[in-house]
Amino acid sequence: MIEVDAEKCSGCKKCVKVCPYGAVTMADKLAVIGDECNLCGACEQNCPEGAITIQRKKVEIDESKFKDVWVVAEIAENKLKNVTLELLGKGRELADELGQTLCAVLIGKDVKSYTKVLGEYGADKIYLAENDLLEFYNTDSYNMIISGMILQFNPNIVLFGATHVGRDLAPRIASNLELGLTADCTGLSIDEGRLLQTRPAFGGNVMADILSHTRPQMATVRPNVMKKLESPTDKVPEIVEVSVNVDPRGMRTKVLERTEISGVGAVKIDEADVIIAGGRGLGSKENLKLLQDLADELGGVLGASRVIVDEQWLPKSQQIGQSGITVSPKLYIGAGISGAIQHLVGMKSSDTIIVINKDPNAPIFEVAKIGVVGDLTQVIPALIEAIKAHKAAQ
Amino acid sequence: MKIVACVKQVPDTTEVKIDEKTGTLIREGVPSIINPFDQFAVELAIKLKEEHGGEVSVISMGPPQAKAVLTKSLALGADKAVLLSDRKFAGADTLATAYTLALAIEKLGDFDLVLCGLQAIDGDTAQVGPEMAQRLKIPQITYAENVVFEDNKFIVDKLTESGLEKLQVKPPALVAVITPSDFVPGNPPFSKIMKAKKKPLDTWTADDLGGDPERFGLNGSPTWVKRVYSPPRKEKGEILTDPPEEVAKRLVEILAKEGFL
Ligand SMILES: Cc1cc2nc3c(=O)[nH]c(=O)nc-3n(C[C@H](O)[C@H](O)[C@H](O)COP(=O)(O)OP(=O)(O)OC[C@H]3O[C@@H](n4cnc5c(N)ncnc54)[C@H](O)[C@@H]3O)c2cc1C
Repeated sequence: MIEVDAEKCSGCKKCVKVCPYGAVTMADKLAVIGDECNLCGACEQNCPEGAITIQRKKVEIDESKFKDVWVVAEIAENKLKNVTLELLGKGRELADELGQTLCAVLIGKDVKSYTKVLGEYGADKIYLAENDLLEFYNTDSYNMIISGMILQFNPNIVLFGATHVGRDLAPRIASNLELGLTADCTGLSIDEGRLLQTRPAFGGNVMADILSHTRPQMATVRPNVMKKLESPTDKVPEIVEVSVNVDPRGMRTKVLERTEISGVGAVKIDEADVIIAGGRGLGSKENLKLLQDLADELGGVLGASRVIVDEQWLPKSQQIGQSGITVSPKLYIGAGISGAIQHLVGMKSSDTIIVINKDPNAPIFEVAKIGVVGDLTQVIPALIEAIKAHKAAQ
Repeated sequence: MKIVACVKQVPDTTEVKIDEKTGTLIREGVPSIINPFDQFAVELAIKLKEEHGGEVSVISMGPPQAKAVLTKSLALGADKAVLLSDRKFAGADTLATAYTLALAIEKLGDFDLVLCGLQAIDGDTAQVGPEMAQRLKIPQITYAENVVFEDNKFIVDKLTESGLEKLQVKPPALVAVITPSDFVPGNPPFSKIMKAKKKPLDTWTADDLGGDPERFGLNGSPTWVKRVYSPPRKEKGEILTDPPEEVAKRLVEILAKEGFL
């Protein structure tokens, strides 16, 4: 499976350094691959002598059978999710480069009205499946319908938002149709006609470029990473109505109760442009008021580290990070947050990161564009005053 | 009630550091731990067993060292454990991993519930649970924070992007969990770990599982890693240490320049 050519290996240890699994060791100046090896290929690519090879099986794909780029649309609270529009923006690029059609898959109850916006943001064609039983997302029914559409129309690429829904649905379909699927992509491009999928791994410490050798090529894509079309067009998309039979008995999970946490502010944290996040360093619930005042000045919403949610100062819907929500707003201001890796993975792709922390050694400074070493109870009021003064002067 | 919990041994990614010079990961001294979400899955399984009777089996696919996370699960109160270990499993992507785990679950016999962590902190894909559920042809609930069993049904609290859902599903089902805020991971004392060593812990290879050898490991993986590299490092940020009023002035300058004011 993986072999080291003893003749070629110079004992340079490059492989030991690049292995993200710590699986390579040296014995008698020769690389030895241990059990931890996951065949990721980092050593193979980096060996200056070409001494390491992984045997991969040869796969033939009849590319001509698979055409078009699909984006699976997601609706929440009577609105298309931003990530759907972002995927259409990226999908447009990919489809143009491949000379293929960009299609959206739209499923739900009475959702035809959304086809207009999907067209404006880039979709050439829309596969529409409507049924009263499809009002709310259900793993079983959505899996059945989209799997069926894929088998019927043979798309080349299928993209989902890496949302709670997308990450529940996409792997179900992938397993149903035995397809490769790459999670949480932050980059997509075409490489010799194939979809090159880029994603972070190891808590964002490494990046991996991934290819699928099954068709369609499927990926979930992080919200707020791709750009939607800047100026929507007035294109009217072609609509293909797909008739579906939904058997309620096939929907094996049943929602008993749905509680919408209205969040703090009208905009959901995953779609907000400006987030003001607080951590343990706030010291007391009263100091949330400072953050809220700053958020009001900047038109932002409040976010939190897990500690703040554990203290129940803010609802779980505002938690940023690994066990909360991944955000990448245009502006993230973090105050009194140390920057634990579980928090960083949820926000480090934000555009402009400003942090305020007393401790100059806090890890959050490493991802900050502007790091303020100071006490938030002094810095934030001063900042609010300065913003007010700036606005008054204009 | 028969419950199978799936666990993975992962490097503690919070301890992984980057070599400033070469930009590569420093793995030395990074401890291997049980994936935190999986530990909650194991403890939830044990709690359900304590309330309703039954048996908790824990399975893990990994190198021989991964036995450590199974021993820990046994010490926490699981009844038996199986390590799936074979060079043939190496290089498995999520689909091949799900295939292998599902075969093992089937081999263990009838079950009511499969519990797994939503995702592992080294890969963060969240794909193995649903891929396994599909292969086992059972319903799934992901992003779960709690499971209770009432009237022969599982009632599951699921975190959505806009709030919470209470869902109901009949056994057998798969539930993928995240750690709720109030979860404090158990740390079994030495005496329990010693006792756990007497509980059954088997190792199964590809041959033990049967199945299609072409679907294990790298061969059974439809996705291939083309390249692994360190992310481009961001330029060092600007650090402000002046008194609050000075800092505020500079921040306003930047916010205005970037169009936020
Ligand atoms: C499985 C798992 C999942 C997790 N998921 C998440 C997650 O999704 N999101 C998340 O955020 N965390 C998560 N965590 C928790 C994470 O590890 C950290 O514990 C948490 O992020 C720390 O929160 P904090 O930065 O607010 O607190 P702390 O780490 O305590 O940091 C507080 C900071 O405030 C600074 N400070 C104090 N007073 C002031 C002041 N007056 N002015 C300025 N600065 C001040 C201090 O210098 C310090 O740096 C998870 C942990 C685990 C194990």
